[in-house]
Order: sequence, then structure tokens, then C-alpha cells
Amino acid sequence: MTAAIHAEGLSKRYRIGEYRRGYDTLRDTLAYSARRALRLEHRPSYEEIWALDDVSFDVGQGEAVGFIGRNGAGKSTLLKILTRITTPTKGSAEIRGRVGSILEVGTGFHPELTGRENIYLNGAILGMTRREITSKLSQIIEFSGVPKFIDTPVKRYSTGMYVRLAFAVAAHLDPEILIIDEVLSVGDYEFQQRCMGRIEDISKSGRTVLFVSHDMAAVSRLCQRAYWLELGSVKRAGPAEQVVAAYIQAQAGVGAEQVWEEVETAPGNDVVRLRSARVIDAEGNTVDAVDVRRRVGIEIGFTVLTDDVALFPKIKLTNGQGEIAFNAMDIDERWRAPAKRGDYVSTAWIPGNLLNEGMMSVDVGVASLGAARLDAHFNFAGLLSFHVQDPVVGDSAKGFFTGQFKGAVRPLLEWDVDRTL
Amino acid sequence: MEQRSETISPAGVAERARRQVRARAGALRRASLPPAPDARRVPVTRIEAEAPRARLEFRELWRARDLALTFAWRDVKVRYKQSLVGIAWAILQPLMTMIVFTVIFGKFANFPSEGTQYQVFVYAGLLPWMFFSTGLTQIASSVVLNRQLVQKIYFPRLILPLSGVLVPAIDFLFALTIMFGIAAWYHTAIQWTTIALAPFFLLLLALAAVGVGAFFATINVRYRDVPYAMPFLIQIWLYLSPVIYGFTALPHKWKVLFAFNPVVLGITGFRWALLGTPQPSQLQVVCGLATTCVFVFGGLWVYRKWESSFADVI
Repeated sequence: MTAAIHAEGLSKRYRIGEYRRGYDTLRDTLAYSARRALRLEHRPSYEEIWALDDVSFDVGQGEAVGFIGRNGAGKSTLLKILTRITTPTKGSAEIRGRVGSILEVGTGFHPELTGRENIYLNGAILGMTRREITSKLSQIIEFSGVPKFIDTPVKRYSTGMYVRLAFAVAAHLDPEILIIDEVLSVGDYEFQQRCMGRIEDISKSGRTVLFVSHDMAAVSRLCQRAYWLELGSVKRAGPAEQVVAAYIQAQAGVGAEQVWEEVETAPGNDVVRLRSARVIDAEGNTVDAVDVRRRVGIEIGFTVLTDDVALFPKIKLTNGQGEIAFNAMDIDERWRAPAKRGDYVSTAWIPGNLLNEGMMSVDVGVASLGAARLDAHFNFAGLLSFHVQDPVVGDSAKGFFTGQFKGAVRPLLEWDVDRTL
Repeated sequence: MEQRSETISPAGVAERARRQVRARAGALRRASLPPAPDARRVPVTRIEAEAPRARLEFRELWRARDLALTFAWRDVKVRYKQSLVGIAWAILQPLMTMIVFTVIFGKFANFPSEGTQYQVFVYAGLLPWMFFSTGLTQIASSVVLNRQLVQKIYFPRLILPLSGVLVPAIDFLFALTIMFGIAAWYHTAIQWTTIALAPFFLLLLALAAVGVGAFFATINVRYRDVPYAMPFLIQIWLYLSPVIYGFTALPHKWKVLFAFNPVVLGITGFRWALLGTPQPSQLQVVCGLATTCVFVFGGLWVYRKWESSFADVI
């Protein structure tokens, strides 16, 4: 098998101070240089971090390889290097074949243009020729499921429609190497499944796929191998299922709380952004392990940025084997009217004696009710995780049995018994 | 532990069986996908840490021509959206400017117009000037305006300045139609023998706009002073260019200095090709071509040198 991608010692250094400030004016720089020259400021005003530190790997022709890791582990930086958006500070890579990337669905869409026009625009941006797009146009429109609105400016689209159209374009890209970065975190469930199916097909048709996701079930389903990145280095590599399992195990200890300090960089869209999420016990303490008999809360903080969209929080729990325990959303009346802008903290209480033992991974989202589907403003797969433990003292659903029950849930039921002689 | 592995393995078997079923289902759907790529013909890309060379990758640019045209098409489409008179702005702007200039400089200040009607003279100067100046403005902001794309997608970055010059070209074509009307109105003959040379002078202006624009686009990525500096620069530049006056009207000792303005050759040449005003002198041609070359290669060199860090700094 020839290597489609051969990467050696890829490293990328960012200067944080510089990076965060984004840009400045000439005056700032002149003033700063003057201060430096006058020795008023000795140290440089930035800090250096290695976003990627000596990462080497090979991806075979036709292989599907997953990259997993926490936010800031270096996954995105790695993809940016492989797609030539930025250059590495050290190291090199060799790529055989045309690279197509789906880094963020809808990048380059222009709100004033119609759906059809945006297909051409986005297709060209993703590297398709005009002829290619024209030949695939009807397929793309059909896949998107928005044929009625195809000649409407996309600024009038709902988030769900927008995402569907954008993915439809990306899904018809036909490069030898496809790089996919966390594209399926928005949109409704049915469409997400269709996208996953399409990605699977692409991968099985002999194309090389690099897949970055927080959705562990998707990674182990789609990929043969996986790399787990942490702090810019490869922490573990191997068969996808093993790496995912190890990653989920490790997450259990640290994944009970997530916070986004700045609203601009938080996940979400122009309507609502995720700010924090915690696993809490009945007293409100952050916990990463809970007693199976006690109730556990999933606390979600989010910022609503508009006044005119009705929305509600939702969660989904999945166990370590990738089996879904349940989906749940807040159906309370308070969410029926459009939410006023502001910071919200919402807690979902999962009753005791419902979940099975073991690792639980939590997807957190905020969605709006579309026609016959949920349109997610964001849906963060595997954002939190916690361990459910059974002390086996006899009052849980397992009684005094010390073995394992299968399944994602293990409710304590009421049993009626009639005995006749 | 024993217990656990026992309970998991049947699940593993089931999972494998499910995979096989899915693989079969996939084989059916796969029929709609094109065949797998041939490993021998695929292009090889090398990604290196070393500083990029400032060479122009013509082949890569040529392959991305569709994208360049698409960008230009997008900018044209979006440009006059939600505006009342739309593309008519492309005509109104030079027309109104021509009227004001004629009143102020032609009537009040009595500027010489190289033997033609001042109205026609100044309009024939405004056309190439506006082509250059809007191109320059557009290109200088092109990278920052497309920052979302620059951060997310790779494409040959040179496409941005190159496609930036196509939008003012459309405006130019619209404004050009009026040129003939104005010439006819003031009984000025269009030189049909030399008009074929006009595109050459426009090309020179386009090159100058790309060169200077690419330079400012690069600076704009780092320092957002450029949007403030640009209108000012263009205003000054207008007065240093033979739009409201003819090059021949300049005092002799200043001519050498002015000839180094790359726009001078383009405007004088365009007006000559169209109206038969005095043709560009040797001095103008030599200095104009030389400075245009310097500006184009200098600007693109700077742009190429920094483009790989655009995504990090922008």
C-alpha cells in the first residue's frame, strides 16, 4: 500500500500574545518598538506555544484515519498544515493526490446569493471546476433537500437548511484525499446520518479520509486507525476502536466541566453560543463519578444573542460502547416563546437508578424546532463524560449481583407479582 | 475483569456482523461514485517548513482560474445588491465626476485639454483612472475581506488580487458605453484606427493596480491602517496623474518626475488611442513601463513572501 500522506516531525509554533491580539495598528507597533528601543520593555510581549510538536504519521491509500483529542490538542492545526492553509514551523509532509477539505460547513457562502449561486461559489472554493459543478448540480440540490428554496438568497435560510446545502456541496467533492473537520455538529439527526453514510461511501470507494471529530462513535465506525493528540503530540495511535476506548477512559476523569470564556470563540452560531457545561451532583458540585442510585445533573450555560428565536437545550447520553442511552430536551413552556438575549444556565436532572454503570458521554446542544425536525444551533458531541458507579449494596437494579448488565440504561423498575397455587 | 471481557466479546461479534452488512449495502450505493483514483497519476504535494519561495506558480494559478472567475463573478453579483439604481452607479460615478471637474477645472480654472472638448477629455481620463483606483482599493482589501476563506481553505492566494481587478473591469465596460455618447454629443471624433491599442494601456493599469494592491493587501493583513490610508492615497494620486490636465501641460522639468508614475502612461496612452490627443512621449513609455514592472514584481514578491502566514496573522 502506498502512503497517501507521509508526515514527518510536523510542528507549529504560535506566538500567543501576537495571535490573540489579532491585529494592531501601525501606531501600536511604533510605540512598542520605541519602548523596546528605550529599554522600557525587556521581554517580548508574546508567549510561544507549540500547537503541534513533532507529529509523524503515515496514512495509506484508501485508509480512513481519525484524529481525536480535546479542544486545543492540535488537531485543527494539523489539518491546517495538511490542507496548506498554514505552513509548519518544522517538519515536512508529502501528500499524494488532490486534497479536498470540509473544514467548516458553509465557508465562503455569501448571504446575498441564492442557493444555486452559492453551490457554484462554494464548489469553486472547494476546488471543483464549473463544469464539474454543473454536472453534479441536480444531485447536489436533491441531496440538500431544499430544492424549493434553491433560488432564494441564503440569508433567508434557517440554520438547518444552510448547513444541509453546504454539506451537500462538500459531499459531492471528488478528491483523492478528503479531510473532514467536525462538520456534523449541526443539523438534524436524520441529515447527520445521511452525511455519515455519504462519508462512509466515499471512504469505501477507495478514497483516503482524514476525519476529525468529537463524536467517538462516528470515529470508531468510520475509521480503521486513529491518532489521539494531546498538547500537540501523538499520545496514542493504533486501531480506531482501541484508541477511542482509551481516549474515552481518560476523558472520564477530566471531562466533567467545560468552559468557554469568550463568547466569540465559543461553539454555536449567531443565535446562541455554548458557554459552559458541567456534570453536577444533587448539591451542585462538579463530579466526574456518580453513584448509580443518586440523581445527576447536566448543567448547560449558553448565551442567547438574538431576541427572536425560540430554542431549547437538549442532551444525549451515550455509553462507552457507543450505545445511546437516551435523548432528552427541555419541553417546558418557557421555551415556546422566542428566548430573550442573555446568559442562561439550564440543568437537566437525570434520576437515580436509570443509567447503567460505566462511562457515560454527554452530547450537549441547543436547538430550534423546525418542520418535523430539530435544527441544532450547536450540538457538541462528547462534551462531557462521567462515570456511573454501583456500590452493590443491594438497593440498585442489580441487587447483589456483582457482574455487568448490558445496555446503556438499567432502570430500577417496580415489579408486581401475583402468585397462585 | 474476566466477567467484563466475556460480556463484551459477543457484542464485538455482533458489531463485526453489522459492519459486513453495512459494507454490502455500501457496495450498492457506491455505484454512483466515480472510480477510485489511479495512484500513479495523482499529483504529489510537498509541505515544507522552509520559507516559501516568492516564485509565481503559473500552473497552479491556471488550474485555479475557475475560482478566480467565480470570485470576480461573486463580487460583481453582490456589488450592487440592494441598491436602487444598481449597475447604473458604474456610469453615474464617472459622469457626475466629469461634470463637476468640467465646471471647476474646465470652466473656472480654464485647464488646457490638449485640443479636445474638456468634457470628453476629462471623461476619457476618468475611465482608466477609475478602473485603476477602484481596482487598487478592491485589491488592497481583498485578503482581509475574504479572511474567513483564507483561514479555512487553501487556494493560490494570488487569486485574490488577480480577481480583484476583474470587477472594476466590468464597471469600466459600462462606463465606456457612455464615452461614445459623450464624444458624439461634443462632436469629437473617436480614433477608430488606434482604438485597438487601448486594451494594452488598460493592461498596464491593471498590472499596476495588482502590484500596488497586492503590496497594500499584505500590509492590511497585519495593520488595519490600510483602509484609512487608501482613500487619502487615491485622492493624492489623482492629482499627480493626468486626468484633469494633460501631460503636455506640465512644466518641462517636472515631466521626468511625473513620468515615473505608472498611471501616467496608461491614462495618456488610453486617451491618445481613443481621442487622438498627443501620444505618450518616449520618456513616458520608458519610465512608465519600467515603474510598472517594478511595482508589479515588487508588490507580488512581497505578497508571495508573506502569503503563507496570512492565515496565522489575519
